[in-house]
Amino acid sequence: MISFDRVSKRYAEGHDALREVSVNIGSDELVFITGHSGAGKTTLLRMIMLMERPSRGQVSIDGQNLATIGPRGIPRHRRNIGVVFQNHRLLMDRTVYDNVALPLIIAGYDHREVGRRVRAALDKVGLLNRERAMPVTLSGGEQQRVGIARAVVGKPKILLADEPTGNLDPALSAEIMQLFEEFNQVGVTVLIASHDLALISRLHHRIITLREGRLVAGSKT
Amino acid sequence: MSRTGLRDRYNAWVQHHRLSAADSMLRVLDNPVSSAMTWLVIGIALALPTGLDVALDNVSQLSASWDSPAQISLFLQDGIGDERARQLEQELAARPDVAQTRFVSRQEALEEFRTLSGFADVLASLDQNPLPHLILVSPAGSSSQGAAAALRQELQAYPDVAQAVLDMEWLQRLNSLMELSRRLVLAVGGLLVVGVLLILGNTIRLAIESRREEIVIIKLVGGSDAFVRRPFLYTGLWYGVGGGFFAALLVAASLWFLRQPVSELALLYQSEFRLRGLGIMGGLNLIILGGLLGLAGAWLAVSRHLVEIQPR
Repeated sequence: MISFDRVSKRYAEGHDALREVSVNIGSDELVFITGHSGAGKTTLLRMIMLMERPSRGQVSIDGQNLATIGPRGIPRHRRNIGVVFQNHRLLMDRTVYDNVALPLIIAGYDHREVGRRVRAALDKVGLLNRERAMPVTLSGGEQQRVGIARAVVGKPKILLADEPTGNLDPALSAEIMQLFEEFNQVGVTVLIASHDLALISRLHHRIITLREGRLVAGSKT
Repeated sequence: MSRTGLRDRYNAWVQHHRLSAADSMLRVLDNPVSSAMTWLVIGIALALPTGLDVALDNVSQLSASWDSPAQISLFLQDGIGDERARQLEQELAARPDVAQTRFVSRQEALEEFRTLSGFADVLASLDQNPLPHLILVSPAGSSSQGAAAALRQELQAYPDVAQAVLDMEWLQRLNSLMELSRRLVLAVGGLLVVGVLLILGNTIRLAIESRREEIVIIKLVGGSDAFVRRPFLYTGLWYGVGGGFFAALLVAASLWFLRQPVSELALLYQSEFRLRGLGIMGGLNLIILGGLLGLAGAWLAVSRHLVEIQPR
């Protein structure tokens, strides 16, 4: 599904974010990426959604080399990937409903279909009764669940999450992780960057460990 | 997920246009004071050249309706007596292409020159009158400049006539003055149009800046450049259309303000002249022009600033 082939990323100032990383992730997998901050977790995720290009090596998804996707192809590429951010990145001046509907509006769905799917996604994360609320009135955990609903509402094949439980207490974090597992069970490839080792080691999924840009564990299933 | 039919895509595209248009309009109306200021600035910038153009139109209408645009001065040969000159005047007056003649004898001309020129002392020192007899001829009918010139040619051919001069200089002066003013209006208009573009560009830049985070998020979840651009283009359109409307209002208001004194003045000159305004079409054109300028200004700003905003 997703494969990194000897991928390196060196920034202009000479810092190496990734060094010779090779890893394959199957389409039915849920994989955690862990390591200290600055180890390259975020860079790995950013490459999958083409916010970043490798300096050397090759990233491919479903056999397609991402280097062949030009700037004009990036929006279409991103529509096939759901992303959950640590700081939620919600539109604070729009309702929960409008936030979740955004990817569908962009993809050009009919408004009845949008309504149906948004409610299904909100139902899934347990926020169906808050669709008219503004994000500021929600708790951190609820905001994160809105972010997850937005990431999955378009039924992407890949779901990326960068420190999705970073600001949440352990109970809420476990709930969020359970949500990700449920999506994985219906066939979504899930990649979660997290440094919460205590939490992720309990969940029995592959853990990819990065240290200073090198892959030190988890390259094989 | 991007598997949607062509028809659905078209519908969604139309729907997003409708959504962007309405949303941009609401945003513009949400800040009535600053939006009205933008409209006024654009309106004034568009109203200035438009108003000048309307004024020029009125002047050229006025000069076109002027009676007898030309007068031909016939200077007679030396040595022609009063008698013969008066006879010639009668002959000319009988011509069908001549409306009116007036005879100015050498003595009258000298008197006139003496009183008007201030050279009385110099003239007194001359022992004989240097001036010839003069017949002023006004061409008949709605004589165009061409017809007047042809008449001048014919009159020049009279043996008693030393020189026939067509007094069109003032008309030519007026025409070149009008041409100059037209060019000035064009130049001022061009500059103000550039100004309007810059104002709109800056307004849209601020709108983009205030929604930077939203743009980043839209790009992150797969919004294309066209999708991000759309609401800002509509914002520019609304500012431009509003500005054009204000400009039409301003021009109409100033014409209304001038109407009374102008018709009083016209009455004093026994003229039927009435100020001509923009008209409905002129107003509509102004609004359309404003809208186009709005779109262009927004496009300038959007193409410069949206590229800079990339997810980090």
